[in-house]
Formats: sequence, C-alpha cells, structure tokens
Amino acid sequence: MSDLVLLLVTGLGLGALYFIAASGLSLIYGLMGVLNFAHGVFMTAGSYAAWLTMGALPAAWPVAGRLGVGVVAAIALGAVVGLVVEVVLIRPLYRHHIQQVLVTVGLSLAGVAAAQGIWGADPRPVDKPVWMSGTTEVLGARLPNDRFVYLLVALALFGGLLALLHLTRLGLVIRAGVENRTMVEALGINVHRTFTIVFALGGAAAGLAGVLYSQYAGAVSPAQGGSLLIFAFIVVVIGGMGSLTGTAVAAVVVGLVQQLANYYAASGVGDLSVVLLLALVLLLRPTSLKGATA
Amino acid sequence: MSDQNPSVGGDGAVLPVLSLDDVHVRYGGSHILQGVSFDVPATGVTALLGRNGVGKTTTLRSIIGLAPRTGRILLQGREIQGLTTARIVRGGIGYVPEDREVFGGLTVDENLRLVDPVRGVDADVVARLFPDLVPRRAQRAGTLSGGQQQMVALARVLLRENALLLVDEPTKGLAPKLVTEVADVLAEVARTTPVLLVEQNLPLVRRIADRVVVLDAGTVVHRGAAADLVADADLTRELLGVSMRREGAA
Amino acid sequence: MTSPTDHLTDTHTPSVTPDGEGEATASTTPTASGEGSHAARRVVRALPAVVGLAVLAYLPYVPIELPGVLPGRVNGPGSMQLLATCLVIGGIALSYDVLFGRTGLLSFGHALFVAAGSYLLTISLSTWALPLALAVPVALGLSTLLAVVVGGIALRVGGIAFAMVTLAFAQAASIIVMRNPGGVTGGEEGRPLDRAAVPDVLVGVANAPYRFWLALAFVVVAWAVVTLLVRSRAGHAMAAVRENEQRAAVLGFGTYRVKLLAIVVGSFLGALGGVVHALVLGGSNPHLTTSEFTLSLLVMVVLGGAGSRWGAVIGGVLYTYADARLVEVSNAAVLQDLPVVVRQVLSQPLFILGVFFVVVVYFAPSGLTGLGGRLIRRSGSR
Repeated sequence: MSDLVLLLVTGLGLGALYFIAASGLSLIYGLMGVLNFAHGVFMTAGSYAAWLTMGALPAAWPVAGRLGVGVVAAIALGAVVGLVVEVVLIRPLYRHHIQQVLVTVGLSLAGVAAAQGIWGADPRPVDKPVWMSGTTEVLGARLPNDRFVYLLVALALFGGLLALLHLTRLGLVIRAGVENRTMVEALGINVHRTFTIVFALGGAAAGLAGVLYSQYAGAVSPAQGGSLLIFAFIVVVIGGMGSLTGTAVAAVVVGLVQQLANYYAASGVGDLSVVLLLALVLLLRPTSLKGATA
Repeated sequence: MSDQNPSVGGDGAVLPVLSLDDVHVRYGGSHILQGVSFDVPATGVTALLGRNGVGKTTTLRSIIGLAPRTGRILLQGREIQGLTTARIVRGGIGYVPEDREVFGGLTVDENLRLVDPVRGVDADVVARLFPDLVPRRAQRAGTLSGGQQQMVALARVLLRENALLLVDEPTKGLAPKLVTEVADVLAEVARTTPVLLVEQNLPLVRRIADRVVVLDAGTVVHRGAAADLVADADLTRELLGVSMRREGAA
Repeated sequence: MTSPTDHLTDTHTPSVTPDGEGEATASTTPTASGEGSHAARRVVRALPAVVGLAVLAYLPYVPIELPGVLPGRVNGPGSMQLLATCLVIGGIALSYDVLFGRTGLLSFGHALFVAAGSYLLTISLSTWALPLALAVPVALGLSTLLAVVVGGIALRVGGIAFAMVTLAFAQAASIIVMRNPGGVTGGEEGRPLDRAAVPDVLVGVANAPYRFWLALAFVVVAWAVVTLLVRSRAGHAMAAVRENEQRAAVLGFGTYRVKLLAIVVGSFLGALGGVVHALVLGGSNPHLTTSEFTLSLLVMVVLGGAGSRWGAVIGGVLYTYADARLVEVSNAAVLQDLPVVVRQVLSQPLFILGVFFVVVVYFAPSGLTGLGGRLIRRSGSR
C-alpha cells in the first residue's frame, strides 16, 4: 500500500513536470502548427538562468529565496528567448511549416552546443531547498516533498492557462486560431501578434519546466532539455496535438505509467512502456490526433 | 476625385468599390485564375457565376489575400497588394466563406465577440436580422444546424462596417425555407452595402442580383445584367451548363 | 503546406546539370530531342559521377600530404579512416533523403534503422556466432521488418505528428540500447565488432584503404538503388505524394503504400549503411541511436540539397568532415583575440553547423548543391 502511494505521488510529480514542459509546446503547435524543437533549448536556457542567478545571489540567502529569484529569471529569459525566436526566425517562414521545424532543429543543435562550450558537457550540481529534499509521511509512505511542489506548480499553470483561454480576449483568439487560423485572419484579426505572445508564453513555461527539471535531477546539463523534450512530444501527441486538457491528462497518464512500470517490471521498462502507450494510442484512435481545441 | 465623396467620379458616375485587373493565381503548378478582370459597383448585388472549379472561390480568396496572386486589385481606388489578410479585411471587406467556417468549439456569442469584443449577440444588427441566434447565444456553434451556422457566419461580418461583402455560396446545402431566409437577409444587407455573391442557385440570383459576372476556365466570359442572363435560357445553358431546374427554390 | 523540396522536379528530366534536377534547365531543354542525343546526354550526365568515383577509388594510391585538410598523407590510415566515415555517413544521408527529399516524409526516427543494421550485425556475429555471410542478411532482414512495423504504425498519422512519433520510436530503441539488455548492446560503451568473424582485410590500421573502398562501394550501391527507385513508377508516385498528397491520392496512388515503400527502401539502405558503419568503425556506437544523429541526418540532407542524390551525399560527407575537423577552428590564430566565451562557443562544431544550417534554410533552401547548380547555370548562360 505504501509503495503504491509512493508510486502514485512520484508518478504524478513526474507527470506534473511533463505537463509543464508540454503545455507550451502544445499551445504553440495547436495555434501555429509549429513543432518547436527549440523548446528543449528554451528549457535548458531556463535551467542555466536559474543556476547562474542562484550562484550570483549572496550565499547567505536561504536556498528557497535564491531559487525563487532563479525561477523568475528563468521564466523571464524563456519568454524573451521565445519572443525573439518567433519574431526573428519563425515569422519570416510563416506557412512553411517544414522550414520552421528545420530552423528550430538548427537552433536546438546550436543552443546545446553553445551551452556545452561554455559550461561543459558534464552535469553541474544545483542547490535544493532543504524542505524540498526532505520527505513527508503519508499513509505509511515517505513521499519526497519536491513532487508536491511540481504538482502545485503544474496545477497553478493549468488553471492559469485555462483561465487565459476561456476568460480573456487573447484566449478567445487562441481558441479560434487553434480551430481555424485562416478564418481568424479573414475576420480581420491580427493573428501574428497572437503567435508572438503564444511563443513567448511557451518560452516562459519552458523556462519554468527547465528549472523544475534541474531541481528534480539535482543538476543542470546541456542535454537535459532534450531528454525532457522527447517525453513532452509524446505527451503532446497522446494528448491530441494542441488540446490543453488532453495534454494534462496525457502527462498524468505518462508519468504514472512510467513510474509503475519502472517499479513493477524493471528499471528502464517505464520509458519503453511510454512509447508502447503511444503506439497503442496511435493504433486505436488515430483520427483524434489531427488537432483539437482546449 | 471629389473631396466630399470619394466614390463618385468627376463625371458623376459611381466608381466601383472593387476592381480586379488581370488577376492571376497559380497554386502548386496549376494556373487557376488566368487574367480575371471585372468591377464591382458600389451598390447592390453582383453575382459571380460559373461551373464548379472555374475559380469563383479562388477569386474571392485572392481578393482578401488568402490566395497568392499577381495583377491589380483596387479597393475603393487603393491597391491592396502586399497587405495582410487581416489588414485587407479591416480595410472594409467582410468575408463569408464557403461552408461557413464558424468556430465549432466556440459558442455563438464567442464567435461574434471574436469580431466585436463588446457587443456579441447583443448587437442591434444581430437581434434584428438573426433573432434565432439570440436564444442560442451560449450554444456551441458546432452543434447548430447548417442554416443557423450560416446565420452566425453572416452575423459576424455584419458586426463591422463594411465597404463590400464577399459571400461564397451561402445557400449551399440549406433547406428551401432557409434559402429564402438567407436570401432575404442578403437583399436587406445589399440595400446599404455592396455584395459580391458566389451562388449556384439561379432563381436566387434572379431575385436578388443586379449584375452577373460569369467565369469559365479562369477568365471572365460574360458580364451583364442579371435579368438578361437569367431570361436567356440558351445563354444560361451555354455559360453555366445548367437550365433553370431549381425553379421556385428561392 | 509547402514542401521544402517544392523547387525540385523529377530526376528523369534530361538536363546538363550534374544530377539533372533543376526545373530551370528542365524548361530550357528542347523537348523534341532525338533518341541519339538523348543517349549522348545521358552519358554526359553520368560523366561527373564516373569521374568522381574514379578519383575517389584512386585516393588510396595518393601519397601526398594536404596540411590542414587531412590528417597526414591522403592514403595514410588517419585520412583513409576519416574519408571512409564521411562516405558511410554520406550514403546514410542518401538513404534518409528517400524519405525526406523524395517523399516529403519528415521522419525523426531514421537513426533507428541505421542503428538496427549496425547492432544486429555486431550481435549476430558475436552473440549468435553467425558467419558474416549470414549475419549481413539477418541484420538487413530484421531491420527491414522493423521498418515495416514501425512505418506501418507511424504512418497512421501525418505531417508533424508523424515526425514526433518516429522520434519516440527511435528514442525507445535508444533506451533499449543504453539499458544493455542481456549484455548484447554493450550500453554506453557500444558493442565492438568480433574481429575474428570478419575478413582480415577489414581489420587493423593498415587495412584502412579496404574499409575506404567498402564505404565507397556502399555509396555506389545506395546511389544505384535510389536512381532506379526515382525512375520507377513507385518513384514518380513518391514525387507526387511529396508535391501534393491529396492530389496524388486523387490520381489513384495508394499514398499509404507509397509512403510505406519509401520508409522500407530508405530503412533498408540505412540499415545497410549501419552494417557498413559497424565494419568501417569496428563496432556499434550508441550515438547511432540518438535523436541527435537523426537530426544531424536531416541537417546533412538540407545542407546539401534535399531531393538530390549529390546533395544528400555531399551534405553527409561535408557535415561529417566538418564535425571532425572544425575543432581546429577554435585554435586558429585569428580567434585568439576574441573573448573567452565566444571562443568556447566556436569550439563546438555543432554550434557552427547548427547556425550554418539555419542560414542555409533561410537563404539557400535548395541546399549547397542547388546553390552551386544555380551559379553554374548562371555563368553558363552568359
């Protein structure tokens, strides 16, 4: 029983990280049809921004305080990078989806290489607040506290994005654009401005995912974003390509499946079972994957 | 050009609201429009006719910049080449596409508020022309009937001031009663705003159109008064390949 | 959606460019040419390839040094090994182009089949103790079967989703290889080739020229298969799918089967490349399974010119060469005055290649060969 509780909570925590990583990807894909390979670099940028910020702040500050400032720095950098990439690189290739993917691929290669050149390929340890490194006992299971943080952040992000989508004009334009971009334009709405905002939002979410994932891993490394990105892709596909609620559900399922399979089968089987899950979803309901609304 | 009324020429003749001059559209190797030229006068309904696949929809799409084109298109005397679709539309063109293309996942009210953030179904024009939509404001547009969706598609462009409306086959797939309703709305709208209408339903064209432009194989093959074309069964058959089968549908 | 290869036309159009793949030349070529001149033109067209092949095959007899270009003598083991690697990767890039450039399939999982060929060969030789003559067909057969299964599933979605799904499958393979199940893949270390199981001429530093010739032979085979494929009815169907899938479907091509065929042929050649890669490099390297390797294949093909045999091979060769040699750039004297951070960044070949790639996507969408072909044509027309 306590094992199961532990697995459920760690699985949910992992799913929360996947959701934070996938939410921006899903929004960007849903609205713009852009598969953003550079999302991994955005995450890496966020994790390094937080790591550098935490290192630059006075060591006398509590770790949680430095992490808080680091998170803000990561979100801000992610948003700025997303904005610049959209305006400078993506926008001129509007409607050339393959070229847009290619540009983000080039960016992901160059970005990881640049980080590797400056900080080296090896993981660098990050400070973790004491409380987040500890555990809490619930139903006989010793649950790592950091998973609760990831869950709370993911829930707040999910709620915030749903509110944005359903309560604001920007959200209305995004939801309409996910359904039919061309018609939004044909109604006289400048959909390009919305693209830029969504890319910046996606970058901010990626920055946040980067910091949290480096907390989860206990270190920053150039390749970190890329490995999280692959699971984020799987989550986006299972979740229905562009549906925020679908993404959230898929993230939870993927996180749980991975943890349970790793425990009950063998370590490493979890990753494979996630890919099997993807294959199963594709075989059972390929039509629902062509795009949906939040 | 007179300062008071830019749409009136020096000789007192009404300038066209829209004029196309040698417009070509090429799509992935096919040459769809091959030099289309015609004017849309600033009043009444101009019907754009032709068999399936001659480029009627492409003509409308090229006007609002959704199809890549060459040639000149003037809206109220100004070239609109190079403008984005959103700019062209805000410049005064309302577009009602074939198959309606309402946002099925959005409510009726959201569909309308997308265009006018404030008024939605509360706008006078909606309440007056489309009373059926008012009780359905919170319903998802995707669950509406075809006729109701067409109402939403028309209502959302009428929320804005338009210099011209482009309406693509508004009665396609509608029951005869709804065809009449849509025709009534278009006739009403055309009293204040010029309309360029693509339509297959000839009785409807006879009822509400003033002029016709007929396309064939990507070029204009006939221009003239709607009544003349519709009255001439041989010409109708020659140009459109149809006879007046759907008599009484409007 | 615009395909990245819109500017390319079918390869069977007679033309005077090396690969005969530019639409500009296609339109200027007289259509009413006689049979004789057609054959003559074919010979002229084949000439650059034949001459290039002859020059390459002769390289192991060239003892000169090219300082800064190649390590040591051209026919020295260091240069031979580097050139052999470049050629293998060039051939693998050509196999990827069957999917991307010819059929318009944006697959991020091609590494899976290259790695399958490589690992299945080393595993057949060592773990299953098969003789080489049996191990090669086993590796190719199993890899092709894998392509049928994975392609069959992934093709249930199209476009961008297809890209994501192929990436996920390749990632699964990468995880399996890293997990080292039963000790057969060797995990991060990779699986060395069982030297006793391969002919002596392919083993040892001194025999680098033979491995070079093996790599060259692989490129020739891949080239021939791709040439036959693009001229066949299936090849035309692939081009039709690439240009406009809906129209191809209307024309009566079973687009699912056409795309699956492209995946199977491309994967077969990729697996053959993996086999040769294992023989040339003396083992299977887990880097072959990574998504980074698939992405680099995509970069190679686009750099060289998608949908062109020359483009894919040259892209693969140049990329591999640059990746191996660009490290020297950071030591160049002109860079010593730059700030440390800039030098650190420039010391990463992948940074330079990634940035260069973005530039090419923007300014030379038909790749380096397309750019070169345009320059040749322009100067020729004056």
